[in-house]
Amino acid sequence: MGSLSFVVPFAELEVGQHLYWQLGNLRIHGQVFMTSWIVIGALLTLVVVGTKKMERDPRGVQNLLEFLWDYIRDLARTQIGEKVYRDWMPFIGTLFLFIFVSNWGGALVPWKLIHLPSGELGAPTADINTTVALALLVSLSYFYAGLSNKGLRYFEYYVHPTPIMLPFKIVEDFTKPLSLSFRLFGNILADELVVAVLVFLVPLVLPVPVMFLGLFTSAIQALIFATLAAYYIGEAVEEHH
Amino acid sequence: MDSIVTAASVVAAGLAVGLGAIGPGIGQGSAAQGAVEGIARQPEAEGKIRGTLLLSFAFMESLTIYGLVVALVLLFANPFAG
Repeated sequence: MGSLSFVVPFAELEVGQHLYWQLGNLRIHGQVFMTSWIVIGALLTLVVVGTKKMERDPRGVQNLLEFLWDYIRDLARTQIGEKVYRDWMPFIGTLFLFIFVSNWGGALVPWKLIHLPSGELGAPTADINTTVALALLVSLSYFYAGLSNKGLRYFEYYVHPTPIMLPFKIVEDFTKPLSLSFRLFGNILADELVVAVLVFLVPLVLPVPVMFLGLFTSAIQALIFATLAAYYIGEAVEEHH
Repeated sequence: MDSIVTAASVVAAGLAVGLGAIGPGIGQGSAAQGAVEGIARQPEAEGKIRGTLLLSFAFMESLTIYGLVVALVLLFANPFAG
């Protein structure tokens, strides 16, 4: 098996086919890199344009950015807490915006117009490597947050109510990145597959509501990823006494 | 690839999603029930309830999605496909 593809007039469904780039001994998925760079470029342009001529009364792009800033600040403050949320706001905001723009970009931009020799362009988050990288970053950050805020007292968290919790808390450190990455990857890939299968069966009208549902789930998944990342960091910096 | 492995993988992929959907289905049902009761009792809290409900729906849904990931691995990246 390895890969599967249906070819129909309107859509092509491919899973497990990639545009491979050789980098030293590594084989990397080129299409994921290209879409990630486009997403990063789009976000950077938005932020540079929005902050170039800042005014007292925000208009246009600046207004949008201030709205986003408020939104992310509220998210970080409720999960991480008043004391250290400022240190982690850039991280949470970057995660949220990157995942959100990736998910929506994968669904809204007509990538089909760009033809690749193998594989196809799509949401970078529909590739397990991207989501695992993001989830491992979250793991590293909450360890760093805990250790830098509380020093070795961070490990009290593992035996917090009773030492019986120790094995569970250790297992949790492994299941956190696993569930974070699988949740995002599965949801985005499932959205793409459901739309592709529906287009394959009924090419007209019917896939449209499902596409809107997909946009909605993608937005919620970005919010969930950012919320959980903030929650894990908040859990690590929380004082127990 | 062995045809028996193919058959078993396809059946297992179907079961992974099908069985994985039962629990979250029941869970989402009872969560929606709670939300409707909450809105009926206190209609002014609708916005807050809706936000929490959607967030918890997404958490429950991810359990089915884990089953889906297993199904996709069995179909597209089967480790036993010699």
